[in-house]
Amino acid sequence: MKPPPFEYIAPDTQAEALEAARQAGSDAKFLAGGQSLVPAMNFRITQPALLIDLNRVPDLDYIRRDGGAGVHFGAMTRQRRLELDPIVAAEAPLLAEAVPFIAHPQIRNRGTLGGSLAHADPASELPVIAVALDAQLRVASTEGDRWVPAKEFFQGMFTTTLTPEELLVEVALPALPKRTGSAFMEFSRRRGDYALMGVAVIVRLDEAGACDEARLVFLNAGDGPVDAPQAASMLSGRRIDASSAEAAAAHAAEKEIEPLGNLHASPSYQRHLARVLGRRAILVAAQRAAAAGR
Amino acid sequence: MSGNHRDIHVTVNGPSHPSRVEPRLLLSDYLRHDLGLTGTHVGCEHGVCGACTVLFDGEPVRSCLMFAVQADGHDVQTVEGISAGPENMHPLQEAFWTKHALQCGFCTPGFLMTLLPYLEEHPNPTAAEVREAISGNLCRCTGYQHIVEAVLLAADRLHQQPAPSGG
Repeated sequence: MKPPPFEYIAPDTQAEALEAARQAGSDAKFLAGGQSLVPAMNFRITQPALLIDLNRVPDLDYIRRDGGAGVHFGAMTRQRRLELDPIVAAEAPLLAEAVPFIAHPQIRNRGTLGGSLAHADPASELPVIAVALDAQLRVASTEGDRWVPAKEFFQGMFTTTLTPEELLVEVALPALPKRTGSAFMEFSRRRGDYALMGVAVIVRLDEAGACDEARLVFLNAGDGPVDAPQAASMLSGRRIDASSAEAAAAHAAEKEIEPLGNLHASPSYQRHLARVLGRRAILVAAQRAAAAGR
Repeated sequence: MSGNHRDIHVTVNGPSHPSRVEPRLLLSDYLRHDLGLTGTHVGCEHGVCGACTVLFDGEPVRSCLMFAVQADGHDVQTVEGISAGPENMHPLQEAFWTKHALQCGFCTPGFLMTLLPYLEEHPNPTAAEVREAISGNLCRCTGYQHIVEAVLLAADRLHQQPAPSGG
């Protein structure tokens, strides 16, 4: 369980990293936190001929407020920093709530925001959060930069719109509207295990306290983050209570997710978890939205 | 031996070590084979078991998920660096001994390297908090109960470190 030989560079500019990627194409992989890539290399599941280490490229690790208009993150920002940063707690509480579920602190000390998004494991938290929060992702190459909405970025299991020459460099989260509350819940057998099921819920209330708009995005419920727009629209225009939350969550669990099952959970058990977690998260998000409105 | 070896300098438990390594050499194997520091153990090589945990620039990380070349210019601390020897054990090591928190000892270095920074940041944890803190380290022997007790004992002992004179 050791990797085969590979070439390795640790550029100290983004331009060098991009040029190396352009030349090597699919023979190269970027090394960010390494917490998913290196296990795959140790198992020899992936055998890049060239590793482009990003850990010495400056200016990719930052968390910045964008005037009043949201938060920008460098792609190399460590997950542990997301967990502890007060800007994240204030401006993106859904992200702050989800990050502690990622594996263990030792993993989060190295794992990065951008690396997790680019890896696109359907059982991982950050892609679900990015989709739930309408993140915009900035992708760089020697040809220039482009922005990709999170929803379009994830294309399937371990598949994103990134070409081998492209590097995810920045994640932008829009500002949360008023009277918005969110909740993230996940269930696993042991602390830090991959989730058997998880859900991110965002609820925005109108001035009368009814739900104006909602969003539910499920984790490990398909081959990427699974949005449940029908369930969300069932909440729209209604008061959120135990009954409406249950109805929406049940609909999402039965009709809008396609969990694949695994060693620890059958698809029907995953659906059961989706219904329970969905209902709980809707209620908590609604309570938080009501509190935010005061 | 062909290859694309690199020259690196890694500070390990104080001194800086110059070495010539292949990029694919894992940090765990570098510590064990190149430096002879076999206290860091290799259990799973995919980041799950925690036996390989070391401090990298002061933070606990999985040394099996890093390459030695990444440690060039950085600071690594292993279990060998915790104390000068059995007569000078760190209170955490002593508490593991007192509370029988190890049997085969394979997981123990990983636990110690996880817990040292944890206790600095959380000097007064509850048993439940300790259980959560050690959730990234697997033990096949003890059933964890004595490990939790050892951590609570160590936290207590570290609390009672004598204040500097005049305090």
